[in-house]
Amino acid sequence: MRIGVAIFPGSNCDRDALFAVEQMGADPVELWHADADLKAVDAVIVPGGFSYGDYLRPGAIARFAKVMGPLEEFARAGGPVLGICNGFQVLTEAHLLPGALLRNIDMRFVCRRVRVRVESTETPWTSGCESGEELMLPVAHNEGNYFADEATLKELEDEGRVVLRYLKNPNGSANDIAGVCNEGRNVVGIMPHPERVSDPVLGSEKGLKILRSVLVGARI
Amino acid sequence: MKVRVLVRPKSGILDPQGEAVKSALPALGFEGVGNVHVGRLIELEVERIDEMDAMCRRLLANPTIEEYEWEVIS
Repeated sequence: MRIGVAIFPGSNCDRDALFAVEQMGADPVELWHADADLKAVDAVIVPGGFSYGDYLRPGAIARFAKVMGPLEEFARAGGPVLGICNGFQVLTEAHLLPGALLRNIDMRFVCRRVRVRVESTETPWTSGCESGEELMLPVAHNEGNYFADEATLKELEDEGRVVLRYLKNPNGSANDIAGVCNEGRNVVGIMPHPERVSDPVLGSEKGLKILRSVLVGARI
Repeated sequence: MKVRVLVRPKSGILDPQGEAVKSALPALGFEGVGNVHVGRLIELEVERIDEMDAMCRRLLANPTIEEYEWEVIS
Protein backbone atom coordinates (compact mmCIF):
# COMPACT_ATOMS: atom_id res chain seq x y z
CA MET A 1 0.00 0.00 0.00
CA ARG A 2 1.28 3.46 -0.95
CA ILE A 3 0.69 6.20 1.61
CA GLY A 4 1.39 9.79 0.66
CA VAL A 5 2.57 12.45 3.09
CA ALA A 6 1.83 16.03 1.99
CA ILE A 7 4.73 18.40 2.57
CA PHE A 8 4.25 22.17 2.76
CA PRO A 9 6.88 24.80 3.54
CA GLY A 10 6.87 24.77 7.34
CA SER A 11 5.60 21.22 7.79
CA ASN A 12 7.83 19.66 10.45
CA CYS A 13 6.31 16.25 11.14
CA ASP A 14 6.57 15.06 7.54
CA ARG A 15 9.72 13.00 8.20
CA ASP A 16 8.14 11.47 11.29
CA ALA A 17 5.04 10.60 9.28
CA LEU A 18 7.10 9.03 6.48
CA PHE A 19 9.02 7.03 9.11
CA ALA A 20 5.77 5.91 10.72
CA VAL A 21 4.43 4.77 7.35
CA GLU A 22 7.50 2.55 7.01
CA GLN A 23 6.89 1.26 10.52
CA MET A 24 3.35 0.39 9.44
CA GLY A 25 4.77 -1.77 6.69
CA ALA A 26 3.52 0.46 3.88
CA ASP A 27 5.36 2.44 1.20
CA PRO A 28 5.86 6.11 2.07
CA VAL A 29 5.43 8.58 -0.79
CA GLU A 30 6.42 12.24 -0.50
CA LEU A 31 3.80 14.61 -1.91
CA TRP A 32 5.33 18.04 -2.43
CA HIS A 33 3.00 21.04 -2.04
CA ALA A 34 3.59 22.04 -5.66
CA ASP A 35 2.78 18.57 -7.06
CA ALA A 36 -0.18 18.43 -9.39
CA ASP A 37 -1.05 14.80 -8.68
CA LEU A 38 -1.03 12.32 -5.81
CA LYS A 39 1.33 9.78 -7.42
CA ALA A 40 -1.26 7.00 -7.28
CA VAL A 41 -1.26 6.72 -3.48
CA ASP A 42 -3.91 4.71 -1.64
CA ALA A 43 -4.13 7.04 1.35
CA VAL A 44 -2.83 10.46 2.38
CA ILE A 45 -1.51 11.86 5.64
CA VAL A 46 -1.43 15.64 6.08
CA PRO A 47 1.25 16.00 8.75
CA GLY A 48 1.80 18.42 11.59
CA GLY A 49 3.95 21.50 11.71
CA PHE A 50 3.53 25.16 10.91
CA SER A 51 2.69 25.21 7.22
CA TYR A 52 3.43 28.64 5.75
CA GLY A 53 4.45 29.82 9.21
CA ASP A 54 0.84 29.65 10.42
CA TYR A 55 0.48 33.07 8.73
CA LEU A 56 -3.06 34.47 8.79
CA ARG A 57 -4.46 31.34 10.51
CA PRO A 58 -3.01 27.84 10.86
CA GLY A 59 -3.73 25.98 7.65
CA ALA A 60 -5.23 28.99 5.84
CA ILE A 61 -2.51 29.30 3.19
CA ALA A 62 -1.70 25.59 2.83
CA ARG A 63 -5.29 25.05 1.86
CA PHE A 64 -4.59 26.76 -1.48
CA ALA A 65 -1.37 24.85 -2.28
CA LYS A 66 -1.38 23.09 -5.64
CA VAL A 67 -1.36 19.58 -4.16
CA MET A 68 -4.59 20.37 -2.30
CA GLY A 69 -6.56 20.28 -5.57
CA PRO A 70 -6.01 16.57 -6.26
CA LEU A 71 -6.07 15.89 -2.51
CA GLU A 72 -9.56 17.38 -2.20
CA GLU A 73 -10.69 15.38 -5.20
CA PHE A 74 -9.25 12.21 -3.63
CA ALA A 75 -11.00 12.96 -0.34
CA ARG A 76 -14.35 13.68 -1.97
CA ALA A 77 -14.06 10.41 -3.90
CA GLY A 78 -13.78 8.52 -0.60
CA GLY A 79 -10.00 8.13 -0.35
CA PRO A 80 -8.67 7.81 3.22
CA VAL A 81 -7.12 11.07 4.45
CA LEU A 82 -5.69 11.68 7.91
CA GLY A 83 -4.86 15.19 9.12
CA ILE A 84 -2.61 15.31 12.15
CA CYS A 85 -2.38 18.52 14.19
CA ASN A 86 -1.59 21.21 11.59
CA GLY A 87 -2.94 18.71 9.06
CA PHE A 88 -6.24 18.75 10.95
CA GLN A 89 -6.20 22.55 10.79
CA VAL A 90 -5.52 22.42 7.03
CA LEU A 91 -8.46 20.04 6.48
CA THR A 92 -10.89 22.29 8.38
CA GLU A 93 -9.69 25.32 6.43
CA ALA A 94 -10.24 23.31 3.23
CA HIS A 95 -13.79 22.49 4.41
CA LEU A 96 -13.06 18.79 4.19
CA LEU A 97 -13.84 18.66 7.92
CA PRO A 98 -16.34 20.81 9.85
CA GLY A 99 -15.44 23.38 12.50
CA ALA A 100 -12.18 25.16 13.25
CA LEU A 101 -9.28 24.98 15.69
CA LEU A 102 -9.06 28.01 17.97
CA ARG A 103 -6.23 29.17 20.18
CA ASN A 104 -5.84 27.00 23.29
CA ILE A 105 -8.05 28.34 26.04
CA ASP A 106 -5.16 29.18 28.39
CA MET A 107 -3.04 30.75 25.57
CA ARG A 108 -0.29 28.21 26.22
CA PHE A 109 1.34 25.87 23.73
CA VAL A 110 0.57 22.42 25.08
CA CYS A 111 3.21 19.73 24.57
CA ARG A 112 2.69 16.53 26.52
CA ARG A 113 1.17 13.08 26.39
CA VAL A 114 -2.56 12.94 26.89
CA ARG A 115 -5.03 10.12 27.24
CA VAL A 116 -7.69 9.87 24.55
CA ARG A 117 -10.58 7.49 24.06
CA VAL A 118 -11.39 6.00 20.68
CA GLU A 119 -15.04 6.99 20.25
CA SER A 120 -15.58 5.60 16.78
CA THR A 121 -13.88 2.71 15.07
CA GLU A 122 -15.90 3.28 11.92
CA THR A 123 -13.21 5.19 10.07
CA PRO A 124 -10.29 3.89 8.02
CA TRP A 125 -7.92 5.37 10.62
CA THR A 126 -9.45 3.82 13.74
CA SER A 127 -10.84 0.52 12.46
CA GLY A 128 -7.88 -1.31 14.03
CA CYS A 129 -8.71 0.03 17.49
CA GLU A 130 -11.40 -1.12 19.83
CA SER A 131 -14.36 1.09 20.58
CA GLY A 132 -13.80 2.82 23.91
CA GLU A 133 -10.12 1.92 23.89
CA GLU A 134 -7.89 4.42 25.67
CA LEU A 135 -4.59 5.47 24.12
CA MET A 136 -1.81 7.65 25.49
CA LEU A 137 -0.72 9.94 22.64
CA PRO A 138 1.45 13.07 22.44
CA VAL A 139 -0.05 16.45 21.62
CA ALA A 140 1.93 19.56 20.68
CA HIS A 141 -0.12 22.54 19.58
CA ASN A 142 -1.12 26.13 20.14
CA GLU A 143 -4.46 25.95 18.32
CA GLY A 144 -6.16 22.71 19.27
CA ASN A 145 -9.28 24.14 20.81
CA TYR A 146 -11.91 22.56 18.56
CA PHE A 147 -14.87 24.76 17.80
CA ALA A 148 -18.05 24.15 15.83
CA ASP A 149 -21.48 25.72 16.19
CA GLU A 150 -24.10 23.97 18.33
CA ALA A 151 -25.89 22.41 15.36
CA THR A 152 -22.66 20.99 13.94
CA LEU A 153 -21.58 19.62 17.33
CA LYS A 154 -24.94 17.91 17.72
CA GLU A 155 -24.64 16.43 14.25
CA LEU A 156 -21.12 15.15 15.01
CA GLU A 157 -22.26 13.56 18.28
CA ASP A 158 -25.49 12.10 16.86
CA GLU A 159 -23.71 10.58 13.88
CA GLY A 160 -20.84 9.20 15.93
CA ARG A 161 -18.34 11.37 14.09
CA VAL A 162 -16.29 12.30 17.14
CA VAL A 163 -13.37 9.94 16.57
CA LEU A 164 -11.11 10.69 19.55
CA ARG A 165 -12.01 12.38 22.82
CA TYR A 166 -9.69 13.66 25.55
CA LEU A 167 -10.17 12.17 29.00
CA LYS A 168 -8.76 15.40 30.42
CA ASN A 169 -9.21 18.38 28.14
CA PRO A 170 -5.81 20.06 27.48
CA ASN A 171 -6.97 22.99 25.32
CA GLY A 172 -10.61 23.90 25.92
CA SER A 173 -11.97 22.04 22.89
CA ALA A 174 -15.75 21.66 22.63
CA ASN A 175 -17.06 18.38 24.10
CA ASP A 176 -13.42 17.35 24.78
CA ILE A 177 -13.06 16.60 21.07
CA ALA A 178 -9.59 15.48 19.97
CA GLY A 179 -10.58 14.25 16.51
CA VAL A 180 -13.52 14.16 14.10
CA CYS A 181 -14.39 12.68 10.73
CA ASN A 182 -16.34 13.93 7.74
CA GLU A 183 -19.77 12.72 6.68
CA GLY A 184 -18.26 10.05 4.45
CA ARG A 185 -16.05 8.97 7.42
CA ASN A 186 -12.98 8.67 5.14
CA VAL A 187 -11.45 12.01 6.16
CA VAL A 188 -10.25 12.15 9.77
CA GLY A 189 -8.57 15.00 11.63
CA ILE A 190 -6.90 14.53 15.01
CA MET A 191 -4.78 16.78 17.21
CA PRO A 192 -2.64 14.01 18.81
CA HIS A 193 0.44 12.75 16.96
CA PRO A 194 0.33 8.95 16.42
CA GLU A 195 3.49 9.15 14.28
CA ARG A 196 5.48 10.28 17.32
CA VAL A 197 4.76 7.01 19.08
CA SER A 198 5.51 4.59 16.27
CA ASP A 199 8.58 2.79 17.60
CA PRO A 200 9.55 1.41 21.02
CA VAL A 201 12.60 3.71 21.01
CA LEU A 202 10.16 6.64 21.06
CA GLY A 203 8.66 5.29 24.25
CA SER A 204 5.61 3.68 22.71
CA GLU A 205 4.24 2.32 19.47
CA LYS A 206 0.60 2.91 20.33
CA GLY A 207 0.32 5.31 17.41
CA LEU A 208 0.69 2.42 14.99
CA LYS A 209 -2.69 1.12 16.17
CA ILE A 210 -4.25 4.16 14.60
CA LEU A 211 -2.06 4.34 11.51
CA ARG A 212 -2.18 0.62 10.73
CA SER A 213 -5.96 0.72 10.71
CA VAL A 214 -5.83 2.00 7.15
CA LEU A 215 -4.16 -1.25 6.05
CA VAL A 216 -7.16 -3.26 7.18
CA GLY A 217 -9.43 -3.93 4.29
CA ALA A 218 -7.21 -1.96 1.95
CA ARG A 219 -5.79 -3.23 -1.30
CA ILE A 220 -2.22 -3.89 -0.24
CA MET B 1 -7.20 51.64 -4.36
CA LYS B 2 -6.35 50.87 -0.80
CA VAL B 3 -8.69 48.77 1.28
CA ARG B 4 -8.65 48.12 5.00
CA VAL B 5 -10.09 44.82 6.21
CA LEU B 6 -10.94 44.26 9.84
CA VAL B 7 -11.27 40.65 10.99
CA ARG B 8 -12.45 39.77 14.48
CA PRO B 9 -13.73 36.75 16.40
CA LYS B 10 -17.48 36.26 15.93
CA SER B 11 -19.42 37.37 18.95
CA GLY B 12 -19.91 34.52 21.36
CA ILE B 13 -16.74 32.79 20.22
CA LEU B 14 -14.14 32.34 22.87
CA ASP B 15 -11.29 34.82 22.39
CA PRO B 16 -8.33 33.68 24.49
CA GLN B 17 -6.13 36.51 23.16
CA GLY B 18 -8.67 39.11 24.24
CA GLU B 19 -8.98 37.42 27.64
CA ALA B 20 -5.20 37.42 28.08
CA VAL B 21 -4.97 41.14 27.26
CA LYS B 22 -7.92 41.87 29.54
CA SER B 23 -6.22 40.23 32.48
CA ALA B 24 -2.82 41.77 31.69
CA LEU B 25 -4.01 45.41 31.71
CA PRO B 26 -4.95 45.59 35.41
CA ALA B 27 -1.56 44.08 36.22
CA LEU B 28 -0.05 47.24 34.67
CA GLY B 29 -2.31 49.46 36.71
CA PHE B 30 -4.98 50.08 34.05
CA GLU B 31 -8.22 49.48 35.92
CA GLY B 32 -11.78 49.39 34.68
CA VAL B 33 -11.13 47.47 31.49
CA GLY B 34 -14.18 45.53 30.27
CA ASN B 35 -14.31 43.00 27.49
CA VAL B 36 -11.33 42.92 25.15
CA HIS B 37 -11.36 41.37 21.70
CA VAL B 38 -8.29 40.93 19.55
CA GLY B 39 -8.70 40.86 15.79
CA ARG B 40 -6.60 41.41 12.70
CA LEU B 41 -6.10 44.42 10.48
CA ILE B 42 -5.25 43.78 6.85
CA GLU B 43 -4.50 46.56 4.39
CA LEU B 44 -4.26 45.76 0.73
CA GLU B 45 -4.14 47.50 -2.60
CA VAL B 46 -6.63 46.18 -5.10
CA GLU B 47 -7.71 47.08 -8.63
CA ARG B 48 -11.34 46.09 -8.15
CA ILE B 49 -13.40 45.99 -5.03
CA ASP B 50 -16.14 43.70 -6.35
CA GLU B 51 -14.00 40.74 -5.28
CA MET B 52 -13.41 41.96 -1.74
CA ASP B 53 -16.17 39.89 -0.13
CA ALA B 54 -15.01 36.73 -1.89
CA MET B 55 -11.42 37.41 -0.79
CA CYS B 56 -12.57 37.90 2.79
CA ARG B 57 -14.74 34.81 2.83
CA ARG B 58 -12.25 32.51 1.14
CA LEU B 59 -8.99 33.54 2.73
CA LEU B 60 -8.71 36.69 4.84
CA ALA B 61 -11.31 35.55 7.38
CA ASN B 62 -12.63 32.14 8.37
CA PRO B 63 -16.42 32.62 8.44
CA THR B 64 -16.79 29.67 10.82
CA ILE B 65 -15.14 31.63 13.63
CA GLU B 66 -14.60 35.18 12.40
CA GLU B 67 -16.53 38.14 11.02
CA TYR B 68 -15.08 40.83 8.82
CA GLU B 69 -15.75 44.27 7.49
CA TRP B 70 -13.84 46.28 4.93
CA GLU B 71 -13.67 49.87 3.73
CA VAL B 72 -11.91 51.72 0.95
CA ILE B 73 -9.46 54.11 2.60
CA SER B 74 -7.94 55.77 -0.46
